[in-house]
Amino acid sequence: MAQGARDRVSARHGVPDGGSPAPAPAPAPAPGDGSPEDPDVGRRAVEATWRIESARIVGALARYTGELALAEDVASEAVAEALVSWPRDGVPRDPTAWLLATGRRRAIDAFRRRAGRDVRYAAFARDLGEGGAHAGATPSDVDEPDLLWDPDRIDDDRLALIFTSCHPVLSKEARVALTLRVVGGLTSEEIARAFLVPTPTVQARITRAKKQLGAARVPFEVPAASERPARLGSVLNVLYVIFSEGSSASGGGDWIRTDLAREAIRLARVLSRLMPEEPEAAGLLALLELTAARFPARTGPDGEPILLADQDRRRWDASAIRRGRAALARAEAAGRGLGPYALQAAIAEQHDVAASVDATDWARIVRLYEALGRVAPSPVVDLNRAVAVSMASGPQAALEVVDSLAGSGALAGSYLLPSVRGELLSRLGRRAEARAELELAAQRCGNERERGVLGAKAAALAEPSG
Amino acid sequence: MPKYMLIMRGTDEGQADYEEMDFTEVIAAMGRYNESLMDAGVLTAGEGLSDASEGAVVDFSTDTPVVTDGPYGETKELFNGFWILDVASREEAVEWAKRAPLSGPGTKLEVRRINGVEDFPADNEWIQKEKEWRKELGTE
Repeated sequence: MAQGARDRVSARHGVPDGGSPAPAPAPAPAPGDGSPEDPDVGRRAVEATWRIESARIVGALARYTGELALAEDVASEAVAEALVSWPRDGVPRDPTAWLLATGRRRAIDAFRRRAGRDVRYAAFARDLGEGGAHAGATPSDVDEPDLLWDPDRIDDDRLALIFTSCHPVLSKEARVALTLRVVGGLTSEEIARAFLVPTPTVQARITRAKKQLGAARVPFEVPAASERPARLGSVLNVLYVIFSEGSSASGGGDWIRTDLAREAIRLARVLSRLMPEEPEAAGLLALLELTAARFPARTGPDGEPILLADQDRRRWDASAIRRGRAALARAEAAGRGLGPYALQAAIAEQHDVAASVDATDWARIVRLYEALGRVAPSPVVDLNRAVAVSMASGPQAALEVVDSLAGSGALAGSYLLPSVRGELLSRLGRRAEARAELELAAQRCGNERERGVLGAKAAALAEPSG
Repeated sequence: MPKYMLIMRGTDEGQADYEEMDFTEVIAAMGRYNESLMDAGVLTAGEGLSDASEGAVVDFSTDTPVVTDGPYGETKELFNGFWILDVASREEAVEWAKRAPLSGPGTKLEVRRINGVEDFPADNEWIQKEKEWRKELGTE
C-alpha cells in the first residue's frame, strides 16, 4: 500500500518517484571511476560539469575571494587543469568538488602572490594561514570544497553572479560574453562559434570585462533594492540580446546560433526561478518561450524565411506555448501591471493561440501595442501598432497612424515606414503611390533578400491591374 | 538543443529495498533533485509509474501475444518512470543522471536521446498527422 501513496505523490508533483533513497552527501574529490583510455571522455566530462555548475562554482569562488574577476580567473585555471588531468587520470568521482577545490587552491596562490606586492592583501594572506579568506575554514580544510557551499547562499551567489556579469560598466558585448561564460557555462570556443567571431576575440572580451569590473571596484553582490530595477533592466536586456542573436539565425547550418536562443531561454528560466517576485523576469521568459515556439515553422526547406501568415501552425511547439503562457500568467499574477517584456509576450501569445491570421484577435493586439507604447515608447512599436490596426480596422485607419508617425519625423531614413505605407496604399488601391513607397523602401533596405521582395512587389504594381 | 529521457530501471530486489525506506525522506530527496533540475532550467517533463504489481506485460515472442499480470516474478528489469531534460549534450544528460537520488541493487538510469521531427521524413502523411496530434495533446 505504501506504493499506492507514492503514486499519489508522483501525480501531484508530476515527477518520477520510483527507484530509491536519499542522495549520498558530496564526497571529497577522488580520482578514479572515469576511463583514462578515451581522452574525449575526460574532455566532455569537463565541458558537461562546467555547463551545469559554472554558476555555482564561480559564484562560490567569487564570494570566497570577494571579486568576480579573480573567481573567473581561478575557475578557468581549474578547468584548464581538468582538461589535462581528467583525460589522463580519469574523471574524478565528484567533478564539481574537484573544480571547486582546485579553483580555491589557485585563489589562495593568487592572494599569496598579491600579499607580497600589496599590503591590502597581506591581511587576506594572514587569514589564509587560518584557512580561508572569508569562509573561516581551518588549514586542513583548504581542500574541502564543501566549506564553500553555503546552501543558504547559493541562490544569492548565482544572482550576484548574474547581476555582476551584466553590470552597466561593461560594454554590451562584454556582458554577453561574460554571462554566457560564467552563468551559462559555455566555453570560449562555443561563444565564438555562436557569434561568428574568432575565439581570441571572445577571450579578449572576457579579459577586458574582468579588468573593467576590477577598475570600477564593482562589488560581488546582489544590488540593493533602490538600484534593483535599473540593474535588472540590464540583466534582462543581456538575455534578450543573446536570444535575438540566436533567433536571427536561419536554420540549416546555423544550428549553433539557434542553440544560442535556447541558451537564452535556459538562462531566463534560471533567472525567473531566482527572482520569482519580479514580473518582468517571468515576462521575458514568456516572451522567449512564445517566440521560440514558432521557430520550427519559420523557415522553409532551403532556409528561406516564412512569414507568420504563411507558417504551418501545426509545426509550432505546443509545449513551449504552454510554458510561455504559464510564465506570462505568473507575470500577470504579480498584479503590478505588465512591463515591456510581458506586454510583448502577451502580443506573441495572441499569435500563438490563434488558428490563423484571420482568427487572430487583432483588436486585442492593438490594445497591447497601445499599452506597450505607453510603457516603452518607440516609433517601431507605433509602426507595429499600425500593422495591427490595419488587420483590426482596415488599411485606411492604419494609414492615419502611419502618416502621423511620418509627420513626427520618426523613422526618417528607415525602410520600414515606406514599406508599411506602401502595403497599406496598395490595399487601398492607390497603386502609383504604393509603388513609389515600395521602391523607396527597397532602396533603403540593407537586407538583400528583403530588398528583392520589396522590389518585386513594386514591380508588380507597375503592371496594369486586372 | 536536444532532449534526453532519463529512464528509471530497477529490479524487484531494488524495489524491495526502496519500500523499506522512509517515505518522507524519499520524497524530500526526489524533490531536491527535481528542484535542482527546475533551477537549472532543464526539466521539461517527468512521470513516475505505479507499482509493477498493478501492471501487465504483453509478450510477443510467440505468434499470439501472451499477457502476464504483474509483478512478473522472474522479470529482470522494471521501468519505473522518466524525466525529460532539455540539455546541450549527451554528456550533460549523463551528468544529471549521475545526480539522481537512486540506489540499490540493479537500479539504473538509462539516458536516451528523444527523436525530433528532423529524424523523420517531413512529407510522410503519418508524420504530418502526428504534428496535429501533438498540437492537440500539447506535447512537443
